[in-house]
Amino acid sequence: MSETGTIESVGLTEEAVRQIVREELGRAERRDPATKKAAIIASKGTLDFAYPPLILATTAAATGMETHVFFTFYGLNIVHREFESKLKVSPVGNPAMPTPVPMPNLVTVVPGMGPLATSMMKSRFDRKHVASIAELLDTARELGVHLVACQMTMEVFGYEPDDLIEGVELGGAAAFLSEARRAHLTLFI
Amino acid sequence: MAIAEDKVLDARGLLCPMPVVKAGKEIATLEPGQVLKILATDRGSVADVPAWAEDTGNELLEWHEQDGIFVYYVRRGEEE
Repeated sequence: MSETGTIESVGLTEEAVRQIVREELGRAERRDPATKKAAIIASKGTLDFAYPPLILATTAAATGMETHVFFTFYGLNIVHREFESKLKVSPVGNPAMPTPVPMPNLVTVVPGMGPLATSMMKSRFDRKHVASIAELLDTARELGVHLVACQMTMEVFGYEPDDLIEGVELGGAAAFLSEARRAHLTLFI
Repeated sequence: MAIAEDKVLDARGLLCPMPVVKAGKEIATLEPGQVLKILATDRGSVADVPAWAEDTGNELLEWHEQDGIFVYYVRRGEEE
């Protein structure tokens, strides 16, 4: 007897069975707690790399996900009290960076080019009404995003907990993995 | 057909991720079944708002563009 015959013998078409399976899978996926959890590593300490983890974390939290961001190595800059002055962009070795006039990348090592590039990017973001890093950090904390600083790299850089913005927890690799293994969404940025 | 909204979120001028972040905050203040109207100018919101609505168990009832402004009607779902 064919499988189709079996399905029909209980009064269901193949399409009806497929529909039931689709619905059940959808329900199971929605119940899966890992679909509601995000674990992100922020490892870079430049202005352009501060945005992606914070944008994704605030959006994840806004969609109801339990969200953890682990700041390690230069990523600690993002949650440092002096993030405004620490987060910069460098045109050096970054030929993708837009410049007002075309210039060889070698010129970017000239003193003053770094601060110029940083203020240009900030004003460009501001003009387009992109949220500031301060605003994204506030939003993340307001939405209950867990901001976790890597204890080991804090030691290496000589940072004390008081050097970081309010509301940052401390943790290590095991703490990150414990969250990440229960999350479908894990990113290293 | 006009949909009656219970609250309006003016997200005009805001870029990713703020329209969705603010929408998440606003819809949390509504009761299930109530409708949030969202105004946005961010072109990315055309992809982001429907995705956000689906992922949060809310229902995008209707959306359209009018004079460069994207208008969304989202009904708060029963879940959570």
